[in-house]
Amino acid sequence: MMPGMQVPSHVEYERATSLEHALTLLAGPDARALAGGHSLIPMMKLRLAAPELLVDINGLTELSFIRLDGDELRIGALTRHADLLGSAVAGEYFPILTDAERVIADPVVRNWGTIGGSLCQADPSEDLPAAFAALRATVVIRGAGGVRTVPVREFHVGPYETVVGPGELLTEVRVPVLPRSSSAHLKVHRRAGDWPVAAAGAVLRLGGPAAAPVVEAAGIGLTAVGAPHFVAAEAEEFLRGRPADEESFAAAGAIAADHCRPVADQRGPEDYKRHLAAELTARALRQAAARALGEA
Amino acid sequence: MQVTVTVNDTEYTREVEPRLLLIHFLRDELGLTGSHWGCDTSNCGACVVWLDGTPVKSCTVLAVMADGRAVRTVEGLERGGQLDPVQQGFMECHGLQCGFCTPGMMMTARWLLDRNPDPTEAEIREAISGQICRCTGYENIVRSVRWAAGHSAPEATEATEVTA
Ligand SMILES: Cc1cc2nc3c(=O)[nH]c(=O)nc-3n(C[C@H](O)[C@H](O)[C@H](O)COP(=O)(O)OP(=O)(O)OC[C@H]3O[C@@H](n4cnc5c(N)ncnc54)[C@H](O)[C@@H]3O)c2cc1C
Repeated sequence: MMPGMQVPSHVEYERATSLEHALTLLAGPDARALAGGHSLIPMMKLRLAAPELLVDINGLTELSFIRLDGDELRIGALTRHADLLGSAVAGEYFPILTDAERVIADPVVRNWGTIGGSLCQADPSEDLPAAFAALRATVVIRGAGGVRTVPVREFHVGPYETVVGPGELLTEVRVPVLPRSSSAHLKVHRRAGDWPVAAAGAVLRLGGPAAAPVVEAAGIGLTAVGAPHFVAAEAEEFLRGRPADEESFAAAGAIAADHCRPVADQRGPEDYKRHLAAELTARALRQAAARALGEA
Repeated sequence: MQVTVTVNDTEYTREVEPRLLLIHFLRDELGLTGSHWGCDTSNCGACVVWLDGTPVKSCTVLAVMADGRAVRTVEGLERGGQLDPVQQGFMECHGLQCGFCTPGMMMTARWLLDRNPDPTEAEIREAISGQICRCTGYENIVRSVRWAAGHSAPEATEATEVTA
């Protein structure tokens, strides 16, 4: 082995041939699902993860879909980032997802990384958890005992931690379609393909007359700035019933920034990240409103 | 465990450890050293190959994940002694300096051109945005891909494309 070569430690590998097969394999000791592997394999190289068994779920094509079903958009866990980015139906109803996918990693990583892997990795700087939190999506989790659905806002319980238990798989994400609403995701990163310094996603449902629209409901997701469950709950609360205007959006941004807990790292100091949280929240709200009103 | 991978239309069967990365399988097991092993963190893109017709960073894929699948590497661009237009473009337009990023750049470029035969400069830059040229020779790389866009691919390229 060459010096400096990063290699995962010894591991067993099985390829799941059906969902049931995957669940059976995952119930074994120290088994981990392997989707795109674009988070898990780097973690294994660094010994931050050392599972005994990898259960490759890439053959489970039934988990790869994007479809509108009643008043929900359903996205299979094995859907690749590139497929979500290219999805016309996702873009039409949820531009926040297209905005987010356009800036997640780079085109080659997006070819292989999956939506389910992104959510389950639960990296505190991941873009999609914030986008899906803003959308108040629910996730579907399957285990030997059956199926359960969990609001995405309860799915992430801490950095790199979700409610998915041993022997379980995330199978899909469901996003409710709301009338007279739209959304946007904005991110600041240091260079193409990099993780965010900070990012904010906003979803707005508007009411009132077109000339003076009012916020009926707001969803705000934040990532990389230490927002609990990727959500700016106080800012959402503040906006409800207020005019959908510049003043409200700026105030909501300030509230979001006050309630997050960014940590200084190589991507920037705390005050800069807090500043970005405020500014990106306000801008995402502005863009979501413009889209909802058909102005953008 | 035993894996069988079709690389550039040739089937190879080997006994490998599950932890072996695809890039090392290609280079060390099969002797296909055209694909380069660079940053090892899926950032630089020197290791880009096609897996079932789609470019992936092979330092972040296990060889066992490619079992039963088709891989295409830079060695598979040339057909019957004829260079792919992308390879010709890199020659014509000085698309390589040290050459380290070149195999990955070419694989992504071929894929882009198969889907979008007449890409704009911005589209080319977006396509290679996950790949780093440490000589900073991006201007000439983009020019090389544009050159290739103006010169159609040999027939064989289409025929070998594998759909997932
Ligand atoms: C260079 C690079 C840049 C990146 N930049 C960004 C970025 O800017 N923004 C961003 O958001 N992300 C970024 N990412 C992360 C990328 O989005 C994730 O690596 C990827 O999408 C994770 O998906 P995966 O399929 O590769 O997951 P894997 O690595 O296969 O899995 C990740 C984790 O999730 C578990 N898992 C996977 N699928 C399931 C399932 N269905 N059910 C239960 N558990 C499951 C695995 O067991 C593992 O613990 C970047 C990654 C790279 C390599």
